[in-house]
Amino acid sequence: MNKSELITGLSKKENLTERQATDVVNQIFKDFHNKLKSGGRIEVRGFGSFVVRKYKAYTGRNPKTGGTIQVAPKKLPFFKVGKELRERVDSK
Amino acid sequence: MTKADIIQNVHDKLGFSKKDSAEIVESVFDIMKENLTRSEKIKISGFGNFAVKEKKARKGRNPQTGEEIEISSRKVLTFRPSQVLRRTLNEE
Repeated sequence: MNKSELITGLSKKENLTERQATDVVNQIFKDFHNKLKSGGRIEVRGFGSFVVRKYKAYTGRNPKTGGTIQVAPKKLPFFKVGKELRERVDSK
Repeated sequence: MTKADIIQNVHDKLGFSKKDSAEIVESVFDIMKENLTRSEKIKISGFGNFAVKEKKARKGRNPQTGEEIEISSRKVLTFRPSQVLRRTLNEE
C-alpha cells in the first residue's frame, strides 16, 4: 500500500472527499516529519513510537574493498512497534 | 507528540470537529494496522516504508542465567526511513 492507497482507503471509510483525505494524511506525516526534525518523540498508542537516535562518528569499512572510511556523526529516526501491533503482525 | 496532538492539529488546521478529527485520525492508523496485519508493506513517500519481515527460529541465551533457549520463528515490523527524512534530520 502506498500513500495514495491509504488516502483512498481513508476517504471511503470516513466518507471524505479525496481532497480531504489527502489533507489529513499529508498533515499527519508533515507533523511527524517536523517533530522528528526538532528531535522530538512521537507516540501513537497501539501503533508505535518514533525517536531520533544520535550516532557518533566512527571508522567504518567499505565491505566491498575493505578500505577504511570515516563515517560522520548522524541522526536516524528509529521506530519501535507498539505492543498491540507487534502481536497482531505476528499472529497467524 | 501523542495521538491527542495529532488530532488537535487536524482539528485546528483542517477544520474538522474535534470528534470527527479523532475518528479520522484513528481510521488512518486502523487502515495501516489492518494492512500490516496482512503482512503487506506500506510505502509513504517522503517519510519511509513499513514492512513485515519473517524471522527464522534461532538459538539465544537467557542473559541472566546463561541458559540456552530457542527463539521461535516470528514476524516483525520494520521501519525504513526515506532518504528525504534522513536528510532533513541531518541538516544544520
